[in-house]
Amino acid sequence: MNSRVISMMESKIMTKLLSLSVFKNFDWDIFFKQAIYKLGVPFIAILLFLVIWGAVASQIQTSLGAVPGPAKVWEQTRTLYQEHVEERKKELAFYERQEKRNAAKLAKDPDAKVKIRDYTGKPTFFDQIGTSVFTVMTGFIVASLIAIPIGIISGLSSLIYNAINPLIQIFKPVSPLAWLPIVTIIVSAVYITNDPMFSKSFITSAITVTLCSLWPTIINTTVGVSTIDKDLLNVSRVLRLNWFTHVVKIVLPSSVPMMFAGLRVSLGIGWMVLIAAEMLAQNPGLGKFVWDEFQNGSSNSLARIMVAVFAIGIIGYLLDLIMLILQRSVSWDKSAVIR
Amino acid sequence: MDKKHLEISDVSIEFPTPSGPFKALDSINLNINEGEFVSLIGHSGCGKSTVLNIVAGLYQATTGGVILDGKEVNEPGPDRAVVFQNHSLLPWLTAYENVELAVKQVFKGKKSKEEMKDWIEHNLNLVHMDHAMDKRPSEISGGMKQRVGIARALAMEPKVLLMDEPFGALDALTRAHMQDSLIEIQARLNNTVIMITHDVDEAVLLSDRIVMMTNGPAATIGEILDVNLPIPRNRVELADDENYNHIRAQVLKFLYERQRNPDAAA
Repeated sequence: MNSRVISMMESKIMTKLLSLSVFKNFDWDIFFKQAIYKLGVPFIAILLFLVIWGAVASQIQTSLGAVPGPAKVWEQTRTLYQEHVEERKKELAFYERQEKRNAAKLAKDPDAKVKIRDYTGKPTFFDQIGTSVFTVMTGFIVASLIAIPIGIISGLSSLIYNAINPLIQIFKPVSPLAWLPIVTIIVSAVYITNDPMFSKSFITSAITVTLCSLWPTIINTTVGVSTIDKDLLNVSRVLRLNWFTHVVKIVLPSSVPMMFAGLRVSLGIGWMVLIAAEMLAQNPGLGKFVWDEFQNGSSNSLARIMVAVFAIGIIGYLLDLIMLILQRSVSWDKSAVIR
Repeated sequence: MDKKHLEISDVSIEFPTPSGPFKALDSINLNINEGEFVSLIGHSGCGKSTVLNIVAGLYQATTGGVILDGKEVNEPGPDRAVVFQNHSLLPWLTAYENVELAVKQVFKGKKSKEEMKDWIEHNLNLVHMDHAMDKRPSEISGGMKQRVGIARALAMEPKVLLMDEPFGALDALTRAHMQDSLIEIQARLNNTVIMITHDVDEAVLLSDRIVMMTNGPAATIGEILDVNLPIPRNRVELADDENYNHIRAQVLKFLYERQRNPDAAA
């Protein structure tokens, strides 16, 4: 082969490569269509929602004035943020004053006892969000730590499944709010310490979340474990895997998709229930914020409650998104569509 | 060789059904020597797989039993490795890890870490899967999955290798490739193998003996045929071989004249 032929071939290959290249063949048409579909359509839908909301809201008169529209709610969102910032400033100032006072005291008399008092200001909207998120996560994690082992064991053993299934079926449909009085009374009777690490209200709320988010995880894990491919179980038997290896290498990975489906449902229910529990029990959190605003009954209350409604929705969505990302990262089947 | 390697004696099995016990197998008697390749052939539903599962220890025979090297079989174990029909690889493990699971289980305390690694790679090499060791089952083709399944079984160094229609789910070309691979592996390792198949050519090509089963219920061994063809065999050369065609015809006659396909008869 002489060099001319080679260079001809080279140039042919180059043209081929160029024609394949992303820049030349990038289909802007498809790109824009996709962009409009993925971003434009939801944007228009949200816009439409806001317009309809604004139009309908102004028509409804209540004892607290007209139902607020999007503009009013946005204004209150900013106000709530402003209040939060100011509260933080106050808190900072409070601690600075305290420090100065203590320093002065110590300068006068080095043996003086100084006390550091906590700031006792009212929790802001954002503090309440933090409390609620922390509470729901605590309750959910505790529930998962209980529910996953129970689910695995009852999926493996039909004896245990038959034993606990009636209990699950009876407790599952109970509204957690029915548990709330029982939990409150038991917690105040049992949780007695001089230096409590957590407040009673926190524990009551967290336990309530735990109680309602146990069931979907138990049920889904059980189903996931008991529906493992029979061939894989035979592999395990032929290999004579011991119980622990069997669970870790075969049972857990194959039930992960079902387990996570249960966990996501659990967290969703837990979040909904927590808000209701906080309203009912006056435990700190977003629910209490909503209830306080309802009781307050100012002309801004409805708008502030709506801000809370959106916050609850967005946080619920974010919690689900976190679970989805977790699910994707632990799922072995990368081709499965997980929504 | 006087001592029998694998002895299946008077095995029958009954399955409980709502309308009374169903007798699937009736007095199966079969002795298999070390290094022998035996195929079980018969129409679907005749209980071929049941025989295999009894030898594997996954099912318990109602009467009779299986003796392997003088010991009765009553539970599954890695000395009777099974290659399942649909690969049965753990989908969350790579090819290497799937074989590793078996090797770690069988050679725990007998091989060092390095030796295990070499042994896993050796077995994947044997089935020509060394290039895709780090791929998961979902990333490789059906034939490749089955190769890994065979590597996993071989890696256990079983006394008997049990194969349940190992190539049944593959297309014809892939199946031919896999059969050639199996001939190659068998020439090197000379394992004792029981293979279930419904493919006459596959049975004649691979086996030393073909065990033909009658239709169920209460299926039993109808006839045993010795395949006296020189090994290793070559499918192209055999196509014109008179002896090969004769054996093939005998199996076909058994299956299609003496034991009519129950589905076709119905």
